[in-house]
Amino acid sequence: MTPDFLLEMYRRILRIRYFDEAAVELVRQGELPGVAHTTIGQEAEVVGACMAVRVDDYMVGNHRSHGHPIGKGADMKRLMAELLGKVTGVNRGKGGSMHLADFSVGSVGETSIVGSGVPVAAGAALAARMLGTDRVCLCFFGDGATNEGAFHEGLNLAAIWKLPVIYLCENNQYAVTTPAAEVVAVRNIADRARAYDIPGVVVDGQDPVAVYEVVSEAVQRARQGLGPSLIEAKTYRYLEHAEGLPIAAQYRTAEEVAAWKARDPVVTFRQRLIQEGVATPEALDQVVAAVRAEVAEAVAYARSSPYPDPEEAFTGVYSTPVGGVR
Amino acid sequence: MAVMTYLEAIRAGLRQEMQRDPRIVIWGEDVGVRGGVFRVTEGLQQEFGEDRVIDSPLAEGAIVGVAIGAAINGLRPIPEIQFGDFIFPAMNQIVEEAARMRYRSNNDFHVPLVIRAPIGGGIHGALYHSQSVEAFFAHVPGLKVVVPGTPYDAKGLLAAAIADEDPVLFFEHKAAYRSLRGEVPEERYLIPIGKADVKREGQDLSIITYSLMVSYALRAAEALAQEGISVEVLDLRTVRPLDRQAILETAKKTGKVLIVHEDNKTGGIGAEVSAILAEEVLFYLDAPIRRLCGPDVPAMPYSPPLEHAFMITPEKIAQAARELARF
Repeated sequence: MTPDFLLEMYRRILRIRYFDEAAVELVRQGELPGVAHTTIGQEAEVVGACMAVRVDDYMVGNHRSHGHPIGKGADMKRLMAELLGKVTGVNRGKGGSMHLADFSVGSVGETSIVGSGVPVAAGAALAARMLGTDRVCLCFFGDGATNEGAFHEGLNLAAIWKLPVIYLCENNQYAVTTPAAEVVAVRNIADRARAYDIPGVVVDGQDPVAVYEVVSEAVQRARQGLGPSLIEAKTYRYLEHAEGLPIAAQYRTAEEVAAWKARDPVVTFRQRLIQEGVATPEALDQVVAAVRAEVAEAVAYARSSPYPDPEEAFTGVYSTPVGGVR
Repeated sequence: MAVMTYLEAIRAGLRQEMQRDPRIVIWGEDVGVRGGVFRVTEGLQQEFGEDRVIDSPLAEGAIVGVAIGAAINGLRPIPEIQFGDFIFPAMNQIVEEAARMRYRSNNDFHVPLVIRAPIGGGIHGALYHSQSVEAFFAHVPGLKVVVPGTPYDAKGLLAAAIADEDPVLFFEHKAAYRSLRGEVPEERYLIPIGKADVKREGQDLSIITYSLMVSYALRAAEALAQEGISVEVLDLRTVRPLDRQAILETAKKTGKVLIVHEDNKTGGIGAEVSAILAEEVLFYLDAPIRRLCGPDVPAMPYSPPLEHAFMITPEKIAQAARELARF
């Protein structure tokens, strides 16, 4: 891995962190309609996985998907505009925080129906293969999704048809407030791969290089026609399930939160880059300043963008307009 | 022109479209080697290969979900759901993913997908092989719902559904598969989705219907003609979008409307047609709108007399029309 590549990893981790910190602030100020499911704490696994695939590879996300397009290199201005419901957003304000589908970086869509994207990802991979390309599909979902029927149907189908999919479970330990340890029958979610006779790998989700390496191996298998893999990145979200959605219950201990924050990838990856001589603290500070400026620019762009015309609510239903929409 | 059954027309349509477009792929339960439980896809795997006609796992959610992902990314999938009754495990994928994709992405993605499934009863299929499921999907913006009632329409609507850039549910009546015959051109033709068709001109009253009930309504109209009652039969052909203009025109012409469908009455297509009539042409009507529908029981009962009690027949249609004509 070249120093430039590692620096790009660092840059994308920071982009996600600062983008989401800005999103939280916008929720708190009442500028972001609705709530925001942040990726803060999970940046390393997102970036490690996204950088192991090409920009033209497909990607399927879920409701917690600010990080996925950023990890794959999307323009933050149009993502932030989408969060604010502006016409300049990636979906012209129709999608919002939970459906940041940026076609330009291979998104196939992000759905808030948990587990629903698993078979869709298999379909994208099937199309890639049948059309004679070597594209793969990277499918993100959480620990909660692996209890859905769609997860099991999708994995079985991807396995028997040897589809080029990388199923990446972002195990942040909780489905809203319910601990995975209490509701998932296996010790590791990756163990579920055994039921479908595909590789199942557990990786430290706070280490972007480790995630990059295991996903790269899965990508290689997929491109060679050897079928899907299930990768479980153990990670943690620092904030609540969604900013703007107060959860009164105390479902995590302060010690647990502190232990995970002590392994914050924003801090540990920076230390590693310095220790390994990849970059000087000054050079990394420059990256920090540049990313802060990018995020500030994205917020300014989103704020200054207009809302869509209300008439747009009645468009985009069918390929050619059908009467009776209103 | 060749005379074909409804089933043969659909199979001929599938074959013709697959010959034209290599992006078309079919998968579903038992569609390959066996050619489907009703044998609609018989011979297609032999002709087009195992890569284009695929036996899938018994998992409707995945069958449709994979088709959605493939359709977004350049294929033209035609998944088959073995029976309409089995479509509910795929409901999430159809409603949440297929129907919403274009809107959610503001036209960046779309889902050119045709989901074929047999619907309807009268074949002793009992509770879980007889349901009419069209109204569930007709409620959902973003979907199109096609319900052909003749072999000719089935082939032409199938070609249009495959050419359509949006997700289409193509519901075939299983009792029509081998019982309905008609002339079907060999060459390709498209019947526009969303256009109803006057299957018989008449003056005294209009029967608005679709699917298998079209042929039953025509038989009823023929019987009533002997009694001097002139019945117009409007075949909706598509229940989403509905052809409002055709509905209004026939109602204005005859002034009396009988809506017939096998699906149960409450919240059915007839309710929507009635509402359109009430909103638009109330003062053209010479009698209250009448609906003849399947009863509001949870599903088709098994025992023959019970099934008969559930099913709409040409005789029941004739009786309802006779009463309406007398009003």
